[in-house]
Amino acid sequence: MSLPLSDNFNKAFESKARLGIMSVLMVNDLVDFSTLKDLLQLTDGNLASHIRALEDLQYVTVNKQFVGRKPNTTYSVSELGKKAFNDHLNALENFLKSR
Amino acid sequence: MENKNYNPLDQLSDIRQLMERSSRFISLSGLSGVFAGIYAIIGAGAAYWYLRINIATRVRYDYIIENGGIKIDFLTFFILDAGSVLLLALLTGIYLTTKSAKKNNQSIWDKTAQKLLINMAIPLITGGVFCLAMLNHHLFGLIAPAMLLFYGLALVNASKYTHGDVRQLGICEIVLGLLSSFFIGYGLLFWTIGFGVLHIIYGIVMYYKYEK
Repeated sequence: MSLPLSDNFNKAFESKARLGIMSVLMVNDLVDFSTLKDLLQLTDGNLASHIRALEDLQYVTVNKQFVGRKPNTTYSVSELGKKAFNDHLNALENFLKSR
Repeated sequence: MENKNYNPLDQLSDIRQLMERSSRFISLSGLSGVFAGIYAIIGAGAAYWYLRINIATRVRYDYIIENGGIKIDFLTFFILDAGSVLLLALLTGIYLTTKSAKKNNQSIWDKTAQKLLINMAIPLITGGVFCLAMLNHHLFGLIAPAMLLFYGLALVNASKYTHGDVRQLGICEIVLGLLSSFFIGYGLLFWTIGFGVLHIIYGIVMYYKYEK
């Protein structure tokens, strides 16, 4: 099915993986790489590149910490990311209403 | 993964599914509630038999005491009785939840399971130690109400990390606990309703809602 995508739809969320990452981060404060990988069923490389894309847009913040001596990287959503996600949800809602 | 025509309805269902799956432990089996309820009723039945009372009897606690301490055979019976109910309920719950987690492709020990357990354990352990303190001070009449109250609070607290229905069950347990604290002597009856009957009802409701 082809849909005329409204301009309000955020291009960043046209990817299922990126929309998925944002969905998980919206309801969890800090999420690590392997949890995201399990939830979204993506390969390491694939997930890393999608996270990087969201990081470049400043939707996602990367937190690097050490647990003992092991580096532990967690991800969280930024204020800008929250706003972008909510705008996208509103656009989806409007689109479905206008059908 | 790139999809130019990512259908809005599919998007919404993906969002919803990921939000739920990443923040709530949805594999908690309703049947484990039913079994816990059955064990509780059998355990309470054993206690009624041991005390030689029936459901409507108001229990007086003074005969439990001998020479200023709790009768040892009485204490042994109750620890064995309550301990077996707890152990059986836990083992059945773990077994059924593992099975249901496999079906949902969810790990039994992921972040959501850990959050659920921690948030449940804090009020529950607090309540457990408090009940031991009351036992120590011979405040027998308030032990059943306290068990119901702390268990209810534990459920309300943990409900954010699993099916929302658990919150209602928690509120029912709290109401029952408060009621029972005004009717000292009928603790076993309230305990049987709270841990037996309510578990069975909620277990059946949740089983039909999520597992059928």
